[in-house]
Amino acid sequence: MPIKRTLSDRIADGINLFLLLLLAFVMIFPFYYIIAVSFSSYEEYVNTELLLFPKTWVLDAYRFIFDSKEFIRSIGVTVYITIVGSVVSLLLTSTMAFALTRRLWGQRFYLFLVLFTFIFGAGMIPTYLIVKATGLIDSYWSLIIPDAIGSFNLIVMRQFFLSIPEELNEAAVIDGANDLQIFTRIILPLSKPALAAFGLFYAVSQWNTYFTAILYLNDPAKWTVQVILRQIVILDDATNTLASAARDAAQSAHLPPPETIGMAAIILATVPILIVYPFLQKHFAKGVMLGSVKG
Amino acid sequence: MAITTPAEAGTTVIAQTTTPKRSLAARLFRERYGFLLLLPGLLYFIWFRYVPMLGNIIAFEDYSPFQGFMHSDWVGLKHFKRIFEDAEVIRVIWNTLYLSFLQIVFAFPIPIVLALMLNEVKNQRVKRLVQSVVYLPHFLSWVVVAGIVTIFLKTEGIVNKLLDLSFSMDPISFLQEPSWFMPLIVLEVIWKEAGWGTIIFLAALSGVNPTLYEAAIVDGANRWRQIWHITLPAIRGTIVILLILRLGSVLDSGFTQIFLMLNPFTMQVGNVLDTFVYFKGIQQSDFSFGTAVGLFKGVVGLVLILAANKVAKKFGEEGVF
Repeated sequence: MPIKRTLSDRIADGINLFLLLLLAFVMIFPFYYIIAVSFSSYEEYVNTELLLFPKTWVLDAYRFIFDSKEFIRSIGVTVYITIVGSVVSLLLTSTMAFALTRRLWGQRFYLFLVLFTFIFGAGMIPTYLIVKATGLIDSYWSLIIPDAIGSFNLIVMRQFFLSIPEELNEAAVIDGANDLQIFTRIILPLSKPALAAFGLFYAVSQWNTYFTAILYLNDPAKWTVQVILRQIVILDDATNTLASAARDAAQSAHLPPPETIGMAAIILATVPILIVYPFLQKHFAKGVMLGSVKG
Repeated sequence: MAITTPAEAGTTVIAQTTTPKRSLAARLFRERYGFLLLLPGLLYFIWFRYVPMLGNIIAFEDYSPFQGFMHSDWVGLKHFKRIFEDAEVIRVIWNTLYLSFLQIVFAFPIPIVLALMLNEVKNQRVKRLVQSVVYLPHFLSWVVVAGIVTIFLKTEGIVNKLLDLSFSMDPISFLQEPSWFMPLIVLEVIWKEAGWGTIIFLAALSGVNPTLYEAAIVDGANRWRQIWHITLPAIRGTIVILLILRLGSVLDSGFTQIFLMLNPFTMQVGNVLDTFVYFKGIQQSDFSFGTAVGLFKGVVGLVLILAANKVAKKFGEEGVF
């Protein structure tokens, strides 16, 4: 489009770009600040008016966290449910999504069952009671099974499978393949990008598991990293007097202060997501758009 | 669609040669592997999504965990009457509606504005950089977001330090101050989800035919006119659909986020239906009342979404259903 841009166009572009970059800065600054403080010493954090760049970088806070059994154990729990949960979710979602592309008897009804959950959910308490009746309370499966299939993911994945040319399936049928073989030998190998994308989505949501953990796990030894994180960062502030007592104790014992520990904990709980984010980003826009043009 | 016609003809030929009589049993047998793949997911939906819907029946009972929902005493609408007699629930409903109002007025339009701004950026690399950054917070947990907000806003946090340095203001205890609660919730939502929300609008915008803009320029339209007459109409349908969905969830406040921000100081203004259901139903084991409140919420949401959809169709939009 070789159209000349006027001066007012250029000014508008400049302002627009400035605002967007400012916004990007607002989005990214909290990360920077928390990283910076997590590596600073308590003396510096308390004594500096506004700590934006620590003069001495220390690992006290991280060392403290790695020494605390609680946090490390919660990381272990979370890694476990993230891996098992993503695999289970992916398996259940892909098999059902594929089945919903076949012209099975009663297919419209199954599809309706899924779509209806878009607009009406069962509610927290009946779901809790069913999970309890199933015997999942205090089991890690309670974090995996009750939310195993995301209805939206299921529909988007079905849409993806439908976009694979039907001729491929028909050729396989002529060669004597059944639905199971079509699924494992044709559909799955052709859907690797979609599986990767949804696998990452499921993994992120498992990593962020908080609510189901406080709902279904009574045993603190089983808590996920997000629950522990809340104990360290948020509860610390709500009960101010307790926190300051803890701080005094920490100072006299030469332990790092709650502030830097909290920030280090946030960083550690976020690092896995920051690592997978570039991979996620490649896929999600496509996935979300596919879903938005559902037919 | 035209491509599938010969293919479909092909399958019927095969079907005729192999199964001359199409009885249901034969059909189910032929589709057995498909059903095998369907079954685990279907069982999941039935057991964890639909049985709990039936479980809402305990809202009409005095549910006791020992008797189970088959044998607990039937009390009809007792718990629903409690909803409207309980001053606390009325306040909770009010808090919920107020938060929803703030979300629709302040948080809903921001992704649209942001998408329009991003759409105007001609430099693809800058555009992609800004996008990567604004999408990122969506993937963080609410615990991390609430944690960051706590660290920034506590009395000795960086925000108060900045206020002190630049305006020598006394520290504000944002997190304990009731009047700050709802604005903070909305700001958190904007920070976390605004960038993510642009994706769907940008998708709609990428489908706009560029010749429309060229024609508009020939007709003498400036940038604002182009946005007003071409860009905005292009995303009108998407805006309406998202608004319908939003209206359907006016009583949904996002349990985790609010739960994490609530503390004894802000309970009065910050307790919403979602958190109320948890406190009453799970923590105080008042299962029936909690379920009644949750069911009330769900049914009102369902009615609202259907109504909004009807209205949208009346105005010539496509609607969701």
